[in-house]
Amino acid sequence: MPLPPDQFLQRDLSVHPPAFTPGYKTSVLRSPKHALISIPHSLSEITGPVFRSDELGRLDNDLIMNFAKTGLPIGERVIVHGHVLNENGRPVPNALVEIWQANAGGRYRHKNDQYIAPIDPNFGGCGRVLTDAEGHYTFRTIKPGPYPWRNQINDWRPAHIHYSISGVGFAQRLITQMYFEGDPLIARCPIVRTIPDDAAIRRLIAALDPQTFVPLDSLSYRFDIVVRGARATWFENHTPGGR
Amino acid sequence: MQPLTETSSQTAGPYVHIGLAPWQAGFEIFDKNFTNVLVAPETAGDRIRIEGYVFDGSGTLLRDALVEIWQANAAGRYAHPADPQHHKPIDPSFRGWGRAAADFETGLYTFETIKPGIVTGADGRDAAPHITMWIVARGINVGLNTRVYFSDEVERNAADPVLTGIELHARRQTLIAERQTTERGVVYRFDVRLQGEDETVFFDV
Repeated sequence: MPLPPDQFLQRDLSVHPPAFTPGYKTSVLRSPKHALISIPHSLSEITGPVFRSDELGRLDNDLIMNFAKTGLPIGERVIVHGHVLNENGRPVPNALVEIWQANAGGRYRHKNDQYIAPIDPNFGGCGRVLTDAEGHYTFRTIKPGPYPWRNQINDWRPAHIHYSISGVGFAQRLITQMYFEGDPLIARCPIVRTIPDDAAIRRLIAALDPQTFVPLDSLSYRFDIVVRGARATWFENHTPGGR
Repeated sequence: MQPLTETSSQTAGPYVHIGLAPWQAGFEIFDKNFTNVLVAPETAGDRIRIEGYVFDGSGTLLRDALVEIWQANAAGRYAHPADPQHHKPIDPSFRGWGRAAADFETGLYTFETIKPGIVTGADGRDAAPHITMWIVARGINVGLNTRVYFSDEVERNAADPVLTGIELHARRQTLIAERQTTERGVVYRFDVRLQGEDETVFFDV
């Protein structure tokens, strides 16, 4: 059998929130107490699902048009775009990037969201795209509104877009949230503050990107995403039948 | 040293369904959805269902969990260009990946798939048949990785390098899905306990 493919770099857990973060109350009962058990990467972790462009529709990455029924959705028109790279700095092509968000009033199109702000009849709030050969993705959407949530009685979420990324291998699977530059609610948010590292938080804040504004049409924000990189394997012991 | 740092994880939150399972959020938007059915009529292998519940530290059901699985085909090969097991056939009708949301009423998640074959493990030896599982939900800050093994593979499980690497013997049992024969066919029941007594083994992969 040929040598197995590259394993991923060990995860740097210091940039991720710990499981138990009492400031975000729901984590208290949903956080494992045992240490995670570390295992060497086998094919089960190195490989992962491969997606084809014909599985996605033409408007899937255009949240302004993909649920428009009687007109355009209400709100600030924005483009959010960026690259999916790995920790080695290489682009990750064909990564599946899926997003979901509230509408301009801070209301989600979801059975379980009871917030007083109205549903927008022309806004679904989700999109998806595969990165191109350079690892680039683009969405067109409406800037989501902030909204209150039940944690402490007066906690508010900053405007944010949820991101799900499926890269080359299943061990790269990642869900995160993107915030908007200049939002004063970011620093107050208990979910943002589950991340113990200020530099890591700053990397979740998309910067206004004037070079890609569409004149007389849309602002633009840039959000680059980094998934786990490959570990260089110079000399390894791969003895057939075990070691 | 690598030049970049991985993007931080954030919880999937309560509305993960909008993005990853919009029909469950209550609307249709995409022509093709990614679902919990991994098999097509022509897929090779024994049909099975994986189903179960996710519980929190108080023993309460999660009704908002989202679960994904990744597995090899019936011959033990992954549908991925980096799988070097060229002596095993690819099944063009099996990607090996699925996504399920727990039911808002019952909390049950289900997958319709096939039992995977034996794949080569990290050390070059055969691993026991298994499915890789990833769980996200409101209150889970970083997606949890675990593995599903099969109760009718006692011998292979006893030799599996990952299972046997779990120091506390009693905890190994949390990764064994129990085979049940029902009128709907073979079901493997796999409950996940996020915390507390019988906490499921989660991996730092």
